[in-house]
Amino acid sequence: MKPPGFTYHRPQTVEEALDVLAEVGPEGKVIAGGQSLVPMMNMRLAAPQHLVDINHLPDLGFVQVEGQDDGRSGVRVGATARHADVERDHDAGRAVPLLQQALACVAHPTIRNRGTTVGSLVHADPAGELTAVLALLGGSVELRSTRGTRTVPATEFFVGLLESCVEPDELATSALFPVPVPRTGSSWVEVARRNGDYALCGVGALVTIDDDRRVRAARTAYVSVGPTPVVLDVTDELDAAPLHTADWATVGRWAAEQLTPGDDIHATAHYRKHLAAVLTERALREAAGRAERGESAESAEQIDGATRARRVS
Amino acid sequence: MTTRTVGEPIPRAEDPRLLTGEGRYVDDIGGDALEVAFVRSPHAHARIVDIDVMDALDVDGLVAIYTYEDLRDRMAEPLPILIPHPGLTHGRTPYVLAKDEVNHVGEPVVMVVATDRYVAEDVCDRIAVEYDPLPPVVGIEAARSAALLVHDDVPDNVSAHLVQESGDAPSAIAQAPNVLELDLEIERSASTPLEGRGVHARWDPDDRSLRVYTSTQASTSVRAAVAAKLELPADRVEVIAPDVGGGFGVKIVHPWPEEVLVPMAAIRLGRAVKWTEDRREHFVSSAHERGQFQHVRVGFDDDGRLHGLDVTVWHDNGAYTPYGIIVPIITTTQLLGPYKPGAYRAEFFSLYTNTLTVTPYRGAGRPQGCFAMERTMDAIAEHLGLDRVTVRERNFIQPGEMPYDHGLTFQDGRPLIYDSGDYPATLEKLKKLIGWDEFAEYRAAARAEGRRVGIGIACYVEGTGVGPYEGGFVKVETDGTVVVATGLTTQGQGHQTVFAQVVADELGVPVDRVVVTTGDTRRFGYAVGTFASRAAVMSGNAVALAARQVKEKALRVAGEALEADPRDLELADGEVRVKGVPGASVPLSTVAVLSNPLRYAFDDEAKRATQFAGPSDPEKPPVAEGDEPGLEATGYYSPPRSTFANGMHAAIVETDPDTAEISILRYCVVHDCGTLINPRIVEGQIHGGVAQGVGGALYERMVYDDAGQLLNASFMDFLMPYSTEVPMIETDHLQTPSPLNPLGIKGAGEAGVIPGAAVLASAIEDAEGIRISRMPISPSELHDLRREGHGAADEAP
Ligand SMILES: Cc1cc2nc3c(=O)[nH]c(=O)nc-3n(C[C@H](O)[C@H](O)[C@H](O)COP(=O)(O)OP(=O)(O)OC[C@H]3O[C@@H](n4cnc5c(N)ncnc54)[C@H](O)[C@@H]3O)c2cc1C
Repeated sequence: MKPPGFTYHRPQTVEEALDVLAEVGPEGKVIAGGQSLVPMMNMRLAAPQHLVDINHLPDLGFVQVEGQDDGRSGVRVGATARHADVERDHDAGRAVPLLQQALACVAHPTIRNRGTTVGSLVHADPAGELTAVLALLGGSVELRSTRGTRTVPATEFFVGLLESCVEPDELATSALFPVPVPRTGSSWVEVARRNGDYALCGVGALVTIDDDRRVRAARTAYVSVGPTPVVLDVTDELDAAPLHTADWATVGRWAAEQLTPGDDIHATAHYRKHLAAVLTERALREAAGRAERGESAESAEQIDGATRARRVS
Repeated sequence: MTTRTVGEPIPRAEDPRLLTGEGRYVDDIGGDALEVAFVRSPHAHARIVDIDVMDALDVDGLVAIYTYEDLRDRMAEPLPILIPHPGLTHGRTPYVLAKDEVNHVGEPVVMVVATDRYVAEDVCDRIAVEYDPLPPVVGIEAARSAALLVHDDVPDNVSAHLVQESGDAPSAIAQAPNVLELDLEIERSASTPLEGRGVHARWDPDDRSLRVYTSTQASTSVRAAVAAKLELPADRVEVIAPDVGGGFGVKIVHPWPEEVLVPMAAIRLGRAVKWTEDRREHFVSSAHERGQFQHVRVGFDDDGRLHGLDVTVWHDNGAYTPYGIIVPIITTTQLLGPYKPGAYRAEFFSLYTNTLTVTPYRGAGRPQGCFAMERTMDAIAEHLGLDRVTVRERNFIQPGEMPYDHGLTFQDGRPLIYDSGDYPATLEKLKKLIGWDEFAEYRAAARAEGRRVGIGIACYVEGTGVGPYEGGFVKVETDGTVVVATGLTTQGQGHQTVFAQVVADELGVPVDRVVVTTGDTRRFGYAVGTFASRAAVMSGNAVALAARQVKEKALRVAGEALEADPRDLELADGEVRVKGVPGASVPLSTVAVLSNPLRYAFDDEAKRATQFAGPSDPEKPPVAEGDEPGLEATGYYSPPRSTFANGMHAAIVETDPDTAEISILRYCVVHDCGTLINPRIVEGQIHGGVAQGVGGALYERMVYDDAGQLLNASFMDFLMPYSTEVPMIETDHLQTPSPLNPLGIKGAGEAGVIPGAAVLASAIEDAEGIRISRMPISPSELHDLRREGHGAADEAP
């Protein structure tokens, strides 16, 4: 369990990093927190000839709540911000509570101290909570290379099992997690074999209510049920039901029927589907409860009256 | 007065060093050594057609490559069967490097020595081994059907078939008012110590001697094995177990192929060579345990009393049998627990499979035996509609029936005779601790909240402290330090602390003046090893016996100095004193000086022992006839047979009605291991054991596919419980001293793990109303059982 030899690069600026990535092409890999890449290298499942360490790039460790052109706000997370930085960021927690709800289920504190949120998106593990969170919120990832900059929406970002659309010469510089519309409650629930393990099935939910406490919109997202995160719009299934009579369980069963999880050594497909139904119900119920109690996302203006940024070192 | 420390929960002397990173493990030794990596078989069963190293030869840093062809003499012979047994009619062991055939994934085929492990692995990647794959035998079912064979010359894949009987069980069962049959299954798990195996060897060409550091549970025996394999005189070989990061059984096996190959390379290359096992290697090339199928037939009366018990066990021994058939022997003898079975018949088949070899893992066959017996007890209770503890109580051996002879032969070849124990009292304590009689109320309240809870119980008796012997050396230095050595090894149990406690009390010195060395053949050459919950019993008593001899000599020498009758003297506070005469004393350090008459003075203490220093009788020789210089002694303890500890666990679990997740709400242990030397250390042993028991019951398994590939050979997928999965453990103790040894000790090392699968199966069954006959169980499996309609939890009592 020792990796084969490689050339180590430690660029000091983003431009330098992009130059190196362009030069080494498919033989190179970005290393961020190393929590996924290093095990793969040690097991010789990945053998990049060049490692481009982005940990010394300045100004990529940020977590900031910012306004968007479309008037909505979002939490923007820089490439070297650790899961723990996002988890502990007070403003991000108020703007998109779902982030912290999901992050609490990502691995263990020591791993969250090193692993990066953007890295987990690029890594595109089908069990990675943040993939579903990005997809559920309709977020995006900003990619830069010497060829230019592009912003890829979540719907196009996750391509397959452990595969995102990031080209070998591209650096994911940040990810944007948009703030949901007002009166939206969120929830993340999952079942894992042990505390902090990748989930056997994980479900995120967003429920938006109207003034009459009826469900105006509801969406769910899933990890560990397919090669990429799955998002379902369950608004129609709930049919604008009042919160106290909504049949969450039936919606859960409907949602599970839309999914085609597989078997592995920890759980059968049938069990995963069953979990999807149960957890959908629980997540929707919890999200709706939060919406009702007003524990919903806040926009950037609400948080600070202005766009603000904070560097997290 | 020096306070007695035996019985006190003093902190572990080794902790400050180990917890601050000052431990010294094999991999920490000699950083300039060449490093080894192995090409291991990727196939479960195959013939080796060709090994091509050409591509590897130009790798920078490569030092040597060895295959079977490079082995000579005894290195070219198969490894020994460590524990031969007449019932092991078809024992097979591997070669240190595969010869012609491989029988499990992970079997070593080529050894590479290089400047470091990175280079060694690069070389391994470039060595091309051509295999002719053979169909593998995977799992007990396949082994039992014998459609395919692991070893061509072993019919039916059976390495051993053994029957033990006491009375006529089949006819006792036939005549019993009630008969039940159970089919049970336990899956594989493994010791998985956090430090894997490791070997460091250096050859001194001038001295023509070999020093080996190895992460072992049996350094003296490794020394004998290395000397034998490499054909060296034993006194030219030193073997040292430095700090060892856990063993749990797997490191009792020896010599491992690596344990003789690394020294061989060191001698041939004239350089220090080391190998540090990585986690993936550990999963596929050390050893596993536990896998068994069991069939139980039991006959009992309407009160639930056993009339006859007939058990057949199919034991998966993996590809080879280096450790003999100890595990199934223990299963079939220790299965009986605290009960009188009526007539008993136990039969086992030890079966070859093309999977990793099976050798003892903490508990060593007992968890499986306990599972069989305790599942049977629960089944009887259910059949008769009796309380589960009532059935157990009625079958207990009573304290007045001790010593109790089962009429069987135990793993040490000695009769299975329980020496002592009070099972009814243990049960009473446990019932109180967990609140057995109040549980119905709790269940009703939980049910009203829509929660599903269950309670379980499991009892065991553990034969501990098996022979043949251990020895201890105790010496008082002239500065008053007491140096203790014993040959068995330490893997974190706290031997430094407990052996020091024993010796400190015997000699009346503060415990921090006692320094203990274990597992170093330079310090103590005769030993057996650390396994079978034997260290405290064996070496504890041996060092006590040695200390008593030292005490006797100290009193004699001090008696002369103080002109007093030794019978009027006592040892306390590091002095020898005349009882009741304040001031009439001599420090133990001075006694040490006096007991070694010197010619040369190299310091002040020595000066006091030279010939002109003080009065001595010119007519007597300085060292009396029959006496020896020095205040030191060696003692040995060799028991007639094992001493039997016992305990009972109870657990309350909650199962999620929707997700089938299983959580342990309470876990209670009542434990009797005789006299406690250090209750804190015993509790620590119990906690660690329970953690492994929980692992074996709810999380851990070895997932082999049909091709014999281990699918979960990493800590990502082999689910060792985290601290978050281990419940709070509530403990209580009984102390029924063993009449078999001077200190009254029974072993405590394995106990905690034994009833894990049994007690959790019992509790889950109680919560769900589903018969649980196979462990471990995952939420996914419980979900399947529910779907199969095995249960009707809501109707469960
Ligand atoms: C024991 C354990 C348990 C875990 N459990 C979970 C869990 O429950 N849920 C979960 O989501 N994750 C889990 N993880 C993974 C963890 O979240 C990782 O940190 C994360 O997946 C990757 O982040 P990283 O910064 O460590 O990335 P790295 O390991 O450094 O990189 C991962 C991959 O992404 C690429 N990459 C990283 N950053 C960039 C970038 N900015 N631009 C381009 N490419 C990039 C790398 O080239 C590499 O291919 C676990 C990890 C461990 C070790």
